[in-house]
Amino acid sequence: MTLHTSITATPLLRVEGLTKRYGPRIGCADVSFDLYPGEVLGIVGESGSGKSTLLSCLAGHQRADLGRIAYDGREVLAMSETERRRLGRTDWAFVHQNPRDGLRMGVSAGGNVGERLMAVGARHYGDIRGKAVDWLGRVEIAADRVDDRPSAFSGGMQQRLQIARNLVTGPRLVFMDEPTGGLDVSVQARLLDLLRGLVRDLGLSVIIVTHDLAVVRLLAHRLMVMKSGRVVEQGLTDQVLDDPQHAYTQLLVSSVLQV
Amino acid sequence: MTDQAYNFAYLDEQTKRMIRRAILKGIAVPGYQVPFASREMPMPYGWGTGGVQVTAACLVPEDWLKVIDQGADDTTNAVSIRRFFQRTAGVAVTEATAEATIIQTRHRIPETPLTEGQILVYQVPIPEPLRFLEPRETETRKMHELEEYGLMHVKLYEDIARHGQIATSYAYPVKVEGRYVMDPSPIPKFDNPKLSDNPAIQLFGAGREQRIYALPPWTEAVSLDFDDHPFETSKAPHNCDLCGAKDSYLDEVITDDQGGRMFVCSDTDFCGGRRAAGHAGRLGGDQKSSKTFANSFEGIWPGAEVAR
Amino acid sequence: MIRIENLSKSFTLHNQGGAVIPVMGGASLTVNSGECVGLTGQSGAGKSTLMRMVYGNYLTAGGRLMVGDTDVATAEPRQIIALRRHTLGYVSQFLRVVPRVPTLDVVAAPLLALGPPADQARDRAAQLLQRLNIPDRLWTLSPTTFSGGEQQRVNIARGFAHAYPALLLDEPTASLDAANREVVLTLIEEAKARGAAILGIFHDEGARARVCDRLVDVTGFTPKAAA
Repeated sequence: MTLHTSITATPLLRVEGLTKRYGPRIGCADVSFDLYPGEVLGIVGESGSGKSTLLSCLAGHQRADLGRIAYDGREVLAMSETERRRLGRTDWAFVHQNPRDGLRMGVSAGGNVGERLMAVGARHYGDIRGKAVDWLGRVEIAADRVDDRPSAFSGGMQQRLQIARNLVTGPRLVFMDEPTGGLDVSVQARLLDLLRGLVRDLGLSVIIVTHDLAVVRLLAHRLMVMKSGRVVEQGLTDQVLDDPQHAYTQLLVSSVLQV
Repeated sequence: MTDQAYNFAYLDEQTKRMIRRAILKGIAVPGYQVPFASREMPMPYGWGTGGVQVTAACLVPEDWLKVIDQGADDTTNAVSIRRFFQRTAGVAVTEATAEATIIQTRHRIPETPLTEGQILVYQVPIPEPLRFLEPRETETRKMHELEEYGLMHVKLYEDIARHGQIATSYAYPVKVEGRYVMDPSPIPKFDNPKLSDNPAIQLFGAGREQRIYALPPWTEAVSLDFDDHPFETSKAPHNCDLCGAKDSYLDEVITDDQGGRMFVCSDTDFCGGRRAAGHAGRLGGDQKSSKTFANSFEGIWPGAEVAR
Repeated sequence: MIRIENLSKSFTLHNQGGAVIPVMGGASLTVNSGECVGLTGQSGAGKSTLMRMVYGNYLTAGGRLMVGDTDVATAEPRQIIALRRHTLGYVSQFLRVVPRVPTLDVVAAPLLALGPPADQARDRAAQLLQRLNIPDRLWTLSPTTFSGGEQQRVNIARGFAHAYPALLLDEPTASLDAANREVVLTLIEEAKARGAAILGIFHDEGARARVCDRLVDVTGFTPKAAA
């Protein structure tokens, strides 16, 4: 995975003091980090640690109570909804754990991939279809499946289709919520390899939420460990996993079954 | 002769005012679906309660009312709505498009060009063009607000992917004045070009869904399409068997169980006018009206025979 | 190229009563370009720990740890990522890869990350695999199914694919037969000849004698308190 230019001076995403409360309870609190172009940031923690809340605040699905999010120098929380949603279908992408949440199950694979193109104004059927077929190929789905609905696809194929649908407009920042969650181990491996290649070839920045430490080790450059809504430790992925400093991280790492 | 038990045109004046406000708002924001407090009407939903309320709010005693269903004046739905207003408003009624000041319609725009001063009221079953792909009303409203209409093209894309062409043949979506995407009610797409730059006021009422929207006179309504699959109207490739018209929208009427059929103008006033002027088609002039046969051909609507 | 000054390290075991275990103190050494320095000392003396600290895999508690112009002890993660991509290679004893990725791509990956044409990267990978006697019928298979020795050779090929200016080698000749051992030693000599600074752990004394210019006994870095 590459930072095409070795070290870029300005972060693509800068997050400062992001806080989200649900009444008296903390969703996530005081989260700060920078994400640079081409970087993959993993967020780990057990259920209820606030990692999904953080992701949905970052992606604009929920409104944070406090803090700043700057994307490419623009204040995300100060944007109008129109701007934010436009960002959501051009520069940003969101890959859901369950492909059913990210796909239109009643629409063909080609229509699913083409939707973002049409949303940004593509009006030539032949071009849209051509791009859809190209992207199906890139996520290893045969071109003759272009008119099939996702309901006829396996779980792994659905997840790859969701990724194609998200990446077709060439986003720069991709949010992923447990993208390998519901998949068999062998299907997971294939997806991981695919994601790694796409991240490398397209220079994507990715924020990936997962509870699977093996997934972040293979995919993420950097790691953030969350507990009770707060970031307890962050650093280089292999450093955090191999030399964890915080008690919780040590517990988390030592709880993983060795394969 | 007004039935004295009712206010003029059935609705009370407060309700009419409320509906008129919605109509005015709709005219001010062409293509935008204005919510209104739809009333219970003495007819079932799906029988034109939205259109009836809009008509009631527009009617004045001097009006000439025409009511058509699938283009015909003499089918049950048209007859019952016409009678309803004769009874509750005592207005004059007509079958002649050119003579009417208000035309309530289900599923057609008359063939005879409309003129300034006329009002065309559409009965709308589902006002939301995006519902086919996005069932959440909260989301579709947001999409209208933010002009996120990519989804409309997904529907057309699916058509072409499945059928090789845009197979949507009625309720074909239009973009109004470059802003709102609108469902023109289930008119055949043959009628879509007549929506645009029409001198008449076009009002759309959806009773069950409680929405009113409008196209003011001379408003642009562009049918959505792809650059390489442009919008095309379609009709049965025949002439009218009664009046011989080449370019009117036709209904296919099955005449027996031996495969016999005929094609006739769906617009009965237009067809009758042509025959009165001496035009004749393949089957000449012996059939008085085609519509009594034709009414049962669309599955959406209750059959004519169930109505009284 | 690699300069270590007064480096220290301790582990805090929060889940075992917060025990603090100092494992290193006052570690200092330098590796110049074109030089190979071997780490010696008993098992558990901290050879691997030191190597991991140099690679940024373990945090340091104090001191300076310069690789080129980067102080690994204080660098930001992304600086270490850039360092690893361009400057600092590491051949560990274990191969860690995404399952199902073909061996050729595993070896070419460090090069692909730098962005040259993919076929050039694969050519280089093929050369190395050939030299290390991995039969080409295995190249399209994932190395996860290979024997220990084969995996070790794939790992070495991967570590030598890019001409890193600095290289960490953890037992590169372990579990290799004589012929492959010879290939690896030649690779190390070539790397030195092109100016790479190499820090290594070699239990194989013959290998150590042949490629190492100096030896550093890490026993001297063990903190007194660790007793």
